[in-house]
Amino acid sequence: MEVPYTDTNRPDTGLYNAKVGIWLFLASEVMLFGALFSAYILLRVGAMEGHWPTGLLDVGPGFVNTLVLILSSVTVVMAWASLKLNNFKKFKLYQGITVVCALLFVVIKSFEYNSKFTHHDVILNDGMRVDGHLVEETDEFIVLSHPVSYPAEKGIGYRPTAIKEAEAHAHEAGDDHHHAEDRKISKEEIDKRTTWGPWANTYLAIYFTLTGLHALHVIAGALVIAYFWGPGSKMWKTHPEQFANRIEVSGLFWHFVDLVWIFLFPILYLL
Amino acid sequence: MSGHSPEEIRKSVKSYMVVFGILIIGTIVTVLASYFDFGSMTANIIVALIIATFKASCVALIFMHLNAEKKTIYMTLAFTWFFFMGLMGLTIWASEDKPNFTVAPNDIPAVAAAPAETDH
Repeated sequence: MEVPYTDTNRPDTGLYNAKVGIWLFLASEVMLFGALFSAYILLRVGAMEGHWPTGLLDVGPGFVNTLVLILSSVTVVMAWASLKLNNFKKFKLYQGITVVCALLFVVIKSFEYNSKFTHHDVILNDGMRVDGHLVEETDEFIVLSHPVSYPAEKGIGYRPTAIKEAEAHAHEAGDDHHHAEDRKISKEEIDKRTTWGPWANTYLAIYFTLTGLHALHVIAGALVIAYFWGPGSKMWKTHPEQFANRIEVSGLFWHFVDLVWIFLFPILYLL
Repeated sequence: MSGHSPEEIRKSVKSYMVVFGILIIGTIVTVLASYFDFGSMTANIIVALIIATFKASCVALIFMHLNAEKKTIYMTLAFTWFFFMGLMGLTIWASEDKPNFTVAPNDIPAVAAAPAETDH
């Protein structure tokens, strides 16, 4: 039995089945990410004054990842257009670039995650808070590079001000290319210590939840697109119209993944 | 989509390239705008969301072909929009339903210890 309306349009809706299906699925995905975005808004608005961090994320990798996803969005639609123009070789090229972009996104994301998991945040016995990248640890001490230090009672929201103050002091001292020296901290001085994982504060919890769920969507989409680039492309020889529709439908999912990132990037990295 | 002629597809390819350029420029503008203070945090957020919404619209209308879709898809998206706005609206409406902290959590005085239980 042949499944109907895989390559022809239903007379009532004017659409093939998979297109209706994917849009219904994307509608549910809007609610999924919408729920998390609204959670982010609630958490941010409800945070105590001075206790919502900003500037914890490197804008550079986020910016590059945005460009990577935008490029992949173009190549995935070009892959579909190539099939509609009967150019299978170009389809393979564009679809392949899409998969490479997806892998690149995930690789950059894992470097970002790793930099967070190796970024240590300590509260000292004297009430000062220091955070920095862990470069050395022994039984007696830790060494943090690019340390940022401020009174713990001021809250993590004070961090950008502390950085500006340190730069201003360096400028007054004639050091315009200020580079904070590595800070060696004896473990006896440390009251509390954590790394910048999702356990550290509410902002990082929602950051890892949102970007982690998004990354899972990137991986799932990449697997589907890779399948259609590889073994799934056999269908082009037997059912070319249906295959083109599959590429369109998987491309729609991919565009949605890009759409979510278009909102995630400014909200998490820039605001 | 079986109704697309090669000529229509070639025209679409040109629009894909234009949108690609718009998205790259939009991303650069997003980052540059983040260095400006538009007067208040609310204004900064609104500017960022306007740019993001414009970029998302370009992706949705051109890449996802929503500029020439069928009524069934538009109806699906209309319902989605309604429920999404309800989700965001109710959450934002509830954002003021929170304890009004007047002291930092660390300063909350310890509760007096309960009297010890004695066996009867």
